[in-house]
Amino acid sequence: MFGFIGRRLVACLVLVAVIAGITFLLAFSGTSNVARNLLGESATPDQLAAKNAELGLDQPLLAQLGTWAGHAVRGDLGISWFTNEPVAQAIANRLPVTLSMVVLAVSLTALISVGLGVAAAVRGGWLDRVIQVLSVAGFALPNFWVALVLVVFFSVTLGVLPATGYVRLSESPGSWAAALVLPVVSLVIGSTASAAQQVRGAVIDVLRQDFVRTLRARGISPRSVLFRHALRNAAIPALTVLSLQFIALLGGAVVIEKVFAIPGLGTLTVNAALQGDVPVLMGVVVTLVVLVVIVNLVIDVVSGWVNPKVRVQ
Amino acid sequence: MLEARNVVVEYAGRGWRSNGFRALHDVSFDIKPHETLGLVGESGSGKTTIGRAILGLVPVGSGSIRFDGRELIGMPRRERRRLSDDIQVVFQDPYSSLNPSMTVEDILVEPLVARRTVDRRQASVRVRTLLDQVGLPHDAVHRLPREFSGGQRQRIAIARALALRPKLIVCDEPVSALDLSTQARVLDLFISIQEETGVAYLFISHDLAVVRHISHRVAVLYRGDIVEYGDALDVTERPDHPYTKRLLMAAPIPDPDRQAARRQERRDLLASEAIA
Amino acid sequence: MTARKVFRNPLAVAALVILLVIVLASIFAPLVAPHSPTALRLDKINAGPGSGYLLGGDGAGRDIFSRLLYAGRNTLTGAVIALSVALVLGVVSGLLSGYYGGLLDGVLGWGANLLMALPTMIVLLALFQALGSSIYLAMVAFGVMLSPGFHRLVRSQVMAVKHELYVDAARVSGLSDPRIIGRHVLLVVRAPIVIQAAVVAGIAIVVQSGLEFLGLGDPGTPTWGGMLQDAFTNIYTSRVAIWWPGLTIALTVASLVLLGNAIRDVIQRTERPRKPPKPPELVPATPDADELPLLRITNLTVGYPSSDGYREVVHGVDLDVRHGEVMGLVGESGSGKTQTAFSVLGLLSPGGTLLGRSSIAFDGTELARLPESERRSLRGRRIGYIPQEPMSNLDPCFRVGEQLVEPLRAVSGLSKQAAVAEALHLLERVGIPDPRRTFAAYPHEISGGMAQRVLIAGAVSGKPDLLIADEPTTALDVTVQADVLELLRGLQTEFGMAMLLVTHNFGVVADICDRVAVMQDGRIVEVNDVRPLFASPQHPYTQTLLGSTLEDSTPRTRLEVNHA
Repeated sequence: MFGFIGRRLVACLVLVAVIAGITFLLAFSGTSNVARNLLGESATPDQLAAKNAELGLDQPLLAQLGTWAGHAVRGDLGISWFTNEPVAQAIANRLPVTLSMVVLAVSLTALISVGLGVAAAVRGGWLDRVIQVLSVAGFALPNFWVALVLVVFFSVTLGVLPATGYVRLSESPGSWAAALVLPVVSLVIGSTASAAQQVRGAVIDVLRQDFVRTLRARGISPRSVLFRHALRNAAIPALTVLSLQFIALLGGAVVIEKVFAIPGLGTLTVNAALQGDVPVLMGVVVTLVVLVVIVNLVIDVVSGWVNPKVRVQ
Repeated sequence: MLEARNVVVEYAGRGWRSNGFRALHDVSFDIKPHETLGLVGESGSGKTTIGRAILGLVPVGSGSIRFDGRELIGMPRRERRRLSDDIQVVFQDPYSSLNPSMTVEDILVEPLVARRTVDRRQASVRVRTLLDQVGLPHDAVHRLPREFSGGQRQRIAIARALALRPKLIVCDEPVSALDLSTQARVLDLFISIQEETGVAYLFISHDLAVVRHISHRVAVLYRGDIVEYGDALDVTERPDHPYTKRLLMAAPIPDPDRQAARRQERRDLLASEAIA
Repeated sequence: MTARKVFRNPLAVAALVILLVIVLASIFAPLVAPHSPTALRLDKINAGPGSGYLLGGDGAGRDIFSRLLYAGRNTLTGAVIALSVALVLGVVSGLLSGYYGGLLDGVLGWGANLLMALPTMIVLLALFQALGSSIYLAMVAFGVMLSPGFHRLVRSQVMAVKHELYVDAARVSGLSDPRIIGRHVLLVVRAPIVIQAAVVAGIAIVVQSGLEFLGLGDPGTPTWGGMLQDAFTNIYTSRVAIWWPGLTIALTVASLVLLGNAIRDVIQRTERPRKPPKPPELVPATPDADELPLLRITNLTVGYPSSDGYREVVHGVDLDVRHGEVMGLVGESGSGKTQTAFSVLGLLSPGGTLLGRSSIAFDGTELARLPESERRSLRGRRIGYIPQEPMSNLDPCFRVGEQLVEPLRAVSGLSKQAAVAEALHLLERVGIPDPRRTFAAYPHEISGGMAQRVLIAGAVSGKPDLLIADEPTTALDVTVQADVLELLRGLQTEFGMAMLLVTHNFGVVADICDRVAVMQDGRIVEVNDVRPLFASPQHPYTQTLLGSTLEDSTPRTRLEVNHA
C-alpha cells in the first residue's frame, strides 16, 4: 500500500512540474507589451527596458522559468504586475472563498447523486425516467445561465436572497450561508444531474454481476447486498465521477463568482486575464493543479482501499 | 514440414520491475504433411502459446521454427505475411473470431483479396466452393455471423482458414465452445477435409478424448514443457509420464461402472504418488 | 441501417430538426435576420418582445433576434473548431495508443492524464492573452484539452477489438496493420466516436459561452455568451433578455445530447419493451396426495418479457429430487437447464417469471407462490447454490473469509468468533491447504480451483437439504474437476444432502449422479436412473447425445507413408 502511494506521489509531482512548465512557457511567451501596458504610451524606450529588466522579462524564457520555479518551490509565486500584491498572498486570501463554495457543491453533489442514482438503479420506473431527463437538462443548461435565472427569480423578483456580495463566515454565519445558497445551487444542479446518471449506471452494472446472485443464494438480505456489496463495488466508478466533477466545478465556480460578485479565485483570475497579469495567472493555475492532483491522489488511495484489486493493476 | 526446436517464449511482466513469465521452455516437435499433431494440456500449460508462436502472434525468445525449410523466427513481417498462404488458423471462440459487422462473403473474401491472388469475381466463385466444402448453404454469403449458431460459425471460420489452400492449419481449441453433438459433427468435418485436401493440423485442446479422436500423434504439455510425445494410441492409452496418467485418470468416462473403476484407479494412483 | 432506426425515435427526429433549423438559420443569418446585428436604435434600448423587434432590444438598442442568428455563426464555428481539434488529436492518438501499445501508449496516456487534470476554464483564462486574445484560438486550446475524452474512448475500444480473435485471424490472413485498422478497428469505433462528438460539441458551446460571458472575446462580434453578458448587465431593467440566448444554448446542446443518446440506444439495443406485460396469474397447483419427495417441480414454465407478451424458455417441466439423491440435469446450451435450477432458487435474471400452472414444492412448501422474504429465509439455510464461474462469483472487494462469515452469521445467527471458527473449519473441510491464509486473501489472490472450493464451502455452510450446482466443474481443468467431484461426493454423503446438478458433461453425470433428467429445448425428454439411462437410452435425443461422446473412438494411426 505504501509503495502504491509512493509511486502515485512521485507521478503527481512530475505532473505538476510539467503542467507548470508548459503553462509558464505559453503564458510568458506573449509578454512583449507588458511594460508598455504598465507604463502607458508615453514611456520612453529606456523606461520600457528598465521595466522589463525589473520584471525579469529581458532574460531568456527558460531562464525566467528557472527563476520562477526556484521561487515557487519555496512558496513564493511572485508579485502581481498590476497590484504589486504578492501572488501567494492574493491566492491565500481568495482560495478559502472559492473552496468553501466548491466543497459545499461537491458534497451536495455526492449526497444527492448517490441517493438518486442508487434509487433509480434499484427502483427503476418513473424515477429512472426523471434521472434521464434531468441528466440531459443538467448538461444542456450552462450553470452561469442557471445562476442568472435564479438571480432574476429569487433576488430581483422575490427579493428573498442576496444577488451579490459575500460575507465571511466569521462575520455572520447567517449572511454567509444566505450568500452561498444561490451560487451553490446553480453549481449543484448541473453536476448532480450528470453524476446521478453515472452512479445509476455503475450500480446497475454491479447488480448484474454473478457474485450478487451468489450472495443472494447464500441468504444475505437485499439490504446488505445493496449497501455492503453493491455500493462498495460501485464506489470506484462513482469516486472517479466525483473527482471529475470536482475539476469541473472549480472551472464552473469562476463564472459563477462573476454572476454573484464573490471575491474568490475566479474573480481574481478573470481580472488578471483581462489585464494580462501573468504572474497571478501562473499562480492560480499551479495552485489549482496541485489541488486537483491532491484530490485525485486521495481518490486513488481510497479506491485502492475499497477494492484491493485496483492496487495490483 | 514444420519443425520446432527448443522454442522459448516469455511474456514481459507488467511494469518494469516485475519478472517476465516464461510460458514455454525449450519445446521441440514436428508436424509432417497430411498429419494431425494433437497438443493437449491444461490452462497455463502453454498450448495456446505454441500455436500463436507458429502464427507469428507472439514473439519467440529463442529457438527455431522452420516451415518447409524456411526459418519463421526473425522473418521480416512483409515476408511473414506472404506465408499466410500456407499457415492458417481456426480459433476457439466462434463468436469473437468473426467480425460481427462483416457478412460471411466479406469474411471469406478478405484473405483472398489481402493476398491479391484473385479478383473479386473469382473470389466469389471460390467462396461458394468453400461453403460447399464446410457444408453451409450458398445463401449464407449475405448474412451476418450473428445469424448463425455456434457450430455454423465454426464452419465459417474453417472455410476462411481453407480459403488460401494452406498446408497447415493451427486449430486452437476449435470445438471446446461447442455443444456435444455439434462438436462431434465439426470434428468429423475436420477429418474429412483433411482426407480431401491433405492439409496438416496442429490441433490444440484441453480434452484428451477430442485430441485422441482426431490426432495421429499427440504431445502432452505441462507448465511449458512437453512431457510426453508419441503416437496417439500410446499416449492416450498407455501413458508413461505421471502427469499424462493423472490427466487420463481425471477425465470422467460417460459410463457409470467404468467411471467408478477409473475413479478407484485414480485414487490408487494418487495414493501411490503420495507415498512415493 | 442505424440511421433508419434512429429516425424511428421521435425524440431524435425532433432533436435533429431543431439542430438543422439552428444551423441553417445561423448560416443564412444575412438572409433571415430582419435587422443588422449592429444597428443601434435608442428607442429600442431594453425594449420588450414584439415592439418592432421580435424578441426585443438589448442594452444598446440592437435587435436581439438578429443578433441571436449572427451570434450562432460565431458560437457554432468556435464549437466546430474545438470539436475538430479534439477529434483529430484524440482519435489518431487513441488509435496509435490502442493498436501499438507499449511505450507509445504509455507516453500518450500520460499526456491524456495530464490534460484531464487541468481545470480547463482557469487554464483558458490564463492562456487567453498569450493566445492572442482570440476566442477561436482559445477554442483550439480547448479542443486540445478535450482530446483525452476521444483518446480514452478510442483506445479502450481499440484494445478491446485488438484482442478479438477476428483481428488475429485477419493478421494470419496476411492483412497489413493499416488495413486491419481501416477494416476492422475503425468500423467498431465509428459509432462511439459520433456519440462522444455530440457531447463534446455541447461542452464546447457551453464553455465558449462561459468565456464570452466573462468578457473574453471580441466585443464587436455577437456571440451567445456575449449576449448573456449584455443581458446580465441590464438585469435590473430588463429581465427577459437573459432568456433568449440561454434558451438557444440549452436547446442546441440538449438536441446534440438527445441525438447522441438516440444513436447510442440503437447501437447498444438498450431499448426495452415499453412496459413489461403483466404476468398472468399463477394457477394454484393441486396439492399431491402422494408422499412428496424433497423437491417436486411440476409444470414449470419460465418466460421472459418480449415485445409480444412472454417468450417461454422452459415449457412445463416435471422433475422430482428425492432426499439425499444426486439428480443430474443434462442438456446442451439453450435447453433451459440453468433456468430450471434458478427457478428453484428463485433467482431468475431480471424479468424472468414463472407462468401458468408452475409449481415448485420444496419439502411440502409451495415456493412458486411464496413471498420473497420467506423464500430468502430458505436460501442458504435449506437450499444451497454452487455457481459455474468461480472467479466472478466472489465479491472482489471483500476478503474470502468475510464472504463466508457474513452468510454464516446471517443464516445461523452465530457470533462473530464462532462464525470465523466455523469458516476456517469449512475451508479445511473443502481441502484448502492453508485455511488461515486463504481466509485472509482477496479473491484475486487465489486460483480458480481454490475459489471454487471456497464457493462450495459457502454453499454447504448452512447445512442445506438441497444443493443446486450449476455446472460446478465446467470452468475448471480436468484434474481439478476430478478433485472437486470427489469433494462434492464426500460432502453429499457426509451431510446427506440432495443435489440438483446441472451439467452438459456425461462423464460428470456418470461419475456422481444417481438419476438423470435429459433436457432439450425447454422440455425434459427422458428421466431415468443413471445405469439404465447409459445402458439403454430411450429417447432419440439422448441416444444422439450419448453417441456423440468420443470416449470410445479409436485414435487414428501414425501416417507411415508420405503422400506425394
